[in-house]
Amino acid sequence: MNALQIKKGSTKHSAYNLRPTFSDVEEAHTLAVLVDNEAGVLARVIGLFSGRGYNIDSLTVAEVDHTGHLSRITIVTRGTPQVIEQIKAQLGRIVPVHRVHDLTVEGPAVERELALLKVAGAGDKRVEALRLADIFRASVVDSTLDSFVFEITGAPEKIDAFADLMRPLGLIEMARTGVAALSRGSDAYRQGG
Amino acid sequence: MARQMTGARMVVQALKDQGVDTVFGYPGGAVLPIYDEIFQQNDIQHILVRHEQGAVHAAEGYARSTGKPGVVLVTSGPGATNAVTGLADALLDSIPIVVLTGQVPTFLIGTDGFQEADTVGITRPCTKHNWLVKETDRLPGILHEAFHVATAGRPGPVLVDIPKDVQFATGTYTAPVKGGSKRYQPQVKGDMTEINELVEALESAKKPIFYTGGGVINSGGAASQLLRELVEATGAPITSTLMGLGAYPGTGKNWLGMLGMHGLYEANMAMHDCDLLIAVGARFDDRITGRTDAFSPHSVKAHIDIDPSSINKVIRVDIPIVGDVAHVLEDMLKVWKSRGRKMNREALTKWWAQIDKWRAVDCLQFRNSDKIIKPQHALQRLEALTKDRDRYITTEVGQHQMWAAQYLTFDEPKRWMTSGGLGTMGYGFPASIGVQMAHRDALVINVAGEASWMMNMQELGTAMQFRLPVKQFILNNERLGMVRQWQQLLHGERYSSSWSESLPDFVKLAEAFGAKGIQCSDPADLDDAIMEMVNHDGPVVFDCLVEKHENCFPMIPSGEPHNKMLLGDAAATDAIQGAGAALV
Repeated sequence: MNALQIKKGSTKHSAYNLRPTFSDVEEAHTLAVLVDNEAGVLARVIGLFSGRGYNIDSLTVAEVDHTGHLSRITIVTRGTPQVIEQIKAQLGRIVPVHRVHDLTVEGPAVERELALLKVAGAGDKRVEALRLADIFRASVVDSTLDSFVFEITGAPEKIDAFADLMRPLGLIEMARTGVAALSRGSDAYRQGG
Repeated sequence: MARQMTGARMVVQALKDQGVDTVFGYPGGAVLPIYDEIFQQNDIQHILVRHEQGAVHAAEGYARSTGKPGVVLVTSGPGATNAVTGLADALLDSIPIVVLTGQVPTFLIGTDGFQEADTVGITRPCTKHNWLVKETDRLPGILHEAFHVATAGRPGPVLVDIPKDVQFATGTYTAPVKGGSKRYQPQVKGDMTEINELVEALESAKKPIFYTGGGVINSGGAASQLLRELVEATGAPITSTLMGLGAYPGTGKNWLGMLGMHGLYEANMAMHDCDLLIAVGARFDDRITGRTDAFSPHSVKAHIDIDPSSINKVIRVDIPIVGDVAHVLEDMLKVWKSRGRKMNREALTKWWAQIDKWRAVDCLQFRNSDKIIKPQHALQRLEALTKDRDRYITTEVGQHQMWAAQYLTFDEPKRWMTSGGLGTMGYGFPASIGVQMAHRDALVINVAGEASWMMNMQELGTAMQFRLPVKQFILNNERLGMVRQWQQLLHGERYSSSWSESLPDFVKLAEAFGAKGIQCSDPADLDDAIMEMVNHDGPVVFDCLVEKHENCFPMIPSGEPHNKMLLGDAAATDAIQGAGAALV
């Protein structure tokens, strides 16, 4: 409190949520950024993160609306609430960016990632890998006499857990897509609005 | 109306349709078709600079003194890379600039062709937006969008890269649409709940202060008028950043002077002690805040800015208002008036009494001399002898820039052009050329240091060719003065590379270009020499030999808060220590 009896960071919401919670604890946030699918747009977004020293834990991008030339970039980033707000504001002022949604604060969301894991081995280890894959509902998409390639989909933590289990069983290579995320329920982020 | 024409002709047509009368540029292989079109018309004048950096700074000077976007035309490769410093400068100072660059033909892109550079890649972080045009049919739409993006919202530089085959090919020209690009429409109206909250805070504040910046000037003439009305009516004191000088008159009674690292003592002390800080179109730059954790510790902070990313970036504020300064100030005035024009007058009187005590410190006093010209004295005389004229001032970067901000007075916006954010030495001379192009009969003076001035002194050729009577007022201390000052303050007086060796004879240099040169070293001759400069009908290089070791005060040493100002030399040597030493 101060002389004018206005609580610091009081929260009457304007169009922009510009009153951060004043915490210095770093949080992970998943951002959905709708952009015009034009040359250089991904470079603008990535350049913003590298130029201003923000973190990218994961980033995925693909066109989601062919006729409207819209792509959706899903970024998992990390920072204090003030930094997260700054990241969103900086993203928002990139000209081809239509909207920036913070899925972490805008209600419940589902996050999924796909990974391919190559596990090489023989004997018991090979059998155990296949058994665990079944438990994790990973499917075998390639098989030789001494290797499997598993495909697994799920939250990043689930993929981490599966990879940890596969490591002693002969995990030799892995590719992950990064997180794709959508809010739960019938509300949708569409073009324009 | 749709018409068929070549891409090169589209460029000229789009410039005309955007109301452009002046283009600053330099030709080269990849823009020859556009230069051919410029040759065949008379509506747009092309100013041939001597270096592409000069073209961008000239366009910045043009833009800042008119409020219209400045336009630059340069070639591919080195033409584009030479423009980069100007783009970065315009980005940090929010100046609307449209830079058109030639590019190798589309079928050569990516082959490391002659004079090929990845121009959009190189300029992406130093433009507000940029485009590579790959089809002639898309060119007119992109050019119009470029002008819209440069000027709408928070202004800034944009760049359109046009391959040579796109310039030659024929396509369909389309005229600009009203309201500009649909996909870029920044919010201009402030949120009324927040505005009401700010007015309530203002009514009860005991020690309010307005802290204004370049955003007021960018917002346009109405913003300055509304700011003046609000300040006069409420009776609150006002200070401004380097960028905002002139929005509120320097002779106004509520004016505290500039704030910040070399700001006035009363302005900084008032910022430190205020209980309501209203930031208007200013962005809490590190030159302003000093140590952020001790910045204005007891105040409620409101921030009016058109760019949401400026808010809470450096200093956390309590009342954020996203919107255009003029729109928000208009609403603020309306609300304040409708609520009965209330202020805590009693407290305000006490606040002014305190401010007057700080004013009495007279922080700009300096020891004058009758033997050698003190730089402060030179600027005081320049001010006295030119203040009543239709005057525009540009500056280079360094001590002279700070002294100019301290000792010159600006009563109107758009009269003061200086590189604030990027601090670009070499800015002032080309900027003065751009200003003079826009205001042919005005007195345009570039206050310079000899080191900065030499960074773009080739533009003397431009000034001569286009008969632009710009006055180059060089405070020559044969030193990189600000660097030298910091070495004294921070590095034990080890003056590493901070003197200007092998300086030219500036009078002869001027004469070599056909310009007038004046040298003055005796305080007794100064007034006559300045008048000789002012009255000469043509470019003048004024070599003012000043005290070589003068330091710029007052000063907040880096790493210190506003109330820890150095007022003079006695405390200066090795004054910057500890964590502050790592700051710039």
